[in-house]
Amino acid sequence: MKKNQKLIISLLAVAALFFLAWLVEQTQGTQSMAVTVLQKGAVYALIAVSMNLLNGFTGLFSLGQAGFMLVGAYTYAVLTIPMAKRAAVYQYYNGGWVQFTIGFLPALLLAGAAAALFAALIGMPVLRLKGDYLAIATLGFAEIIRAIVQWDGIGPLTNGSNLLKTYPTLKNIMPGNTVLFTFLAVGICIGLILLLINSTYGRAFKAIRDDEVAAEAMGINLFHHKQMAFVISSFFAGIGGALLAMYQGSLQANSFKSSMTYEILLIVVIGGLGSVSGSVMASFLFIAASEWWMRFLDSEMLIGNFKVPLLAPGFRMVVFSVVIMVVVLFFRKGIMGDRELWEIGARRGAKGGRKKA
Amino acid sequence: MSLLKVTDLVVSYGGIEALKGISFEVEQGQIVTLIGANGAGKSTTLRTISGLVKGREGRIYFEGRDITDYGTQKIVETGIAMVPEGRRVFANLTVLENLRIGAYLRKDRDVIEEDIQYVYELFPRLKERSWQLAGTLSGGEQQMLAVGRAMMTRPKLIMMDEPSLGLAPLVVKDIFRIIQTLKDTGMTVLLIEQNANAALHACDYAYVMETGRITMSGTGEELLSSEAIQEAYLGKSSKK
Repeated sequence: MKKNQKLIISLLAVAALFFLAWLVEQTQGTQSMAVTVLQKGAVYALIAVSMNLLNGFTGLFSLGQAGFMLVGAYTYAVLTIPMAKRAAVYQYYNGGWVQFTIGFLPALLLAGAAAALFAALIGMPVLRLKGDYLAIATLGFAEIIRAIVQWDGIGPLTNGSNLLKTYPTLKNIMPGNTVLFTFLAVGICIGLILLLINSTYGRAFKAIRDDEVAAEAMGINLFHHKQMAFVISSFFAGIGGALLAMYQGSLQANSFKSSMTYEILLIVVIGGLGSVSGSVMASFLFIAASEWWMRFLDSEMLIGNFKVPLLAPGFRMVVFSVVIMVVVLFFRKGIMGDRELWEIGARRGAKGGRKKA
Repeated sequence: MSLLKVTDLVVSYGGIEALKGISFEVEQGQIVTLIGANGAGKSTTLRTISGLVKGREGRIYFEGRDITDYGTQKIVETGIAMVPEGRRVFANLTVLENLRIGAYLRKDRDVIEEDIQYVYELFPRLKERSWQLAGTLSGGEQQMLAVGRAMMTRPKLIMMDEPSLGLAPLVVKDIFRIIQTLKDTGMTVLLIEQNANAALHACDYAYVMETGRITMSGTGEELLSSEAIQEAYLGKSSKK
């Protein structure tokens, strides 16, 4: 009874949220800052949640997210560029190797699958490492992927270090409903991740995070479960990468640097390691702050005849870094700690209606 | 036929032999204890039986089956559960989630719910704290949870590694009461203890380990009355 009620309430809340997002686009127009923040924030939310699945729930400190996003984004773009445009895009490579085009939905799924495949391959050697070593190995992998994609030898596939463009983007697939589409795609993915986290497997992931030795003594196959978390996380990072490509409208391997992984790690930490709702909120906050609210710091400002000092292009990032240091120093548990929005107050009262695990 | 039989087990870490060929047996329905000082190889013995460490020589038989080469997962499935040293409950999971993790390898969902109720009957304190995070429990309660979690695997043999370590004397009494309760329910217990006095009082049969070898064995009473044991482990001087 109670569980059903909770479910209905949360579904209604999500629907209301989606409606509000849709309303913003209808009233503000697709070009507005608010819509940009909603689009990019949603995409980053998915990627942050996928990273949280690994870092926050399974306790695997991986820094390969940008690499898997890159794989997803490129898979999506390469497969969906319309035939008529291929010659123009691949002008240096005689139109490229891929001579077919598929729809954007199967391409989105394939983007996830490709990233998952890469994760399965590199997971085998890399997941035997622990802690910092795993972080270094995955970071290295992401850099290698980026270098390979830009390599001239496979240029006919990836267009080398040139731009990929004219693939279906948010604006031309869903004109006027870009936000709703992004929210739906991201919502479905995060919903799936939530189901996983609350399943028996999710519990096993958390057990591994809390104590590997005890988890193994309970008969949980450590490697198998780590591999599973890694592959699933990468699958959603791949889809996130593809959505990011759809949001951006053009694609270049060079933008998937490790600094992108750090941005996402930051979102995860600010939101709270081990909290899905925290990651989502932090993602919108982060994107809103970096893309919108703090923009004014980059332009010169005059109050009467007085020129406010320090305000110059780039100053935004300085302020941003200070904010981040404050967060990490004084709010180490992030916005949510390891709790979820719907659990607040429930866990303290012993009999509370915490979502049944 | 004994439930667990270990023959000539040799285990080495790097070049150092932690176990130098030990043999012992655990009879069905009994409490058997291994006592000995730090570094005698007690924990290594348990870790080898549960498959976390592989032996170099020797065999391990469980219900007559050779389980020496089984992986941890399969060993748990055959019915050997371990309560690890230092309790090692999953601190950020609730009490109930900890118990469910214990049943991770099992597929029989309905029976799992019954077993959870059974554990709650044995340890009513856990039932009260069902939704609490395991990390917020007291040491004694965590030990109860570790035992309960091990029971959720439906074992035939529970191995406990230093369950009284770091607990207050009163709580230690509780722990040994728990072990007695386990025996009363028909469980077989292999117990490792530094607290030789309490262990010898509780056990049916005991083995004494010293630097990788078993040096003595006998029933609890026999060893309690042995002068060598009294001197070495019970702190009673034989000189008057």
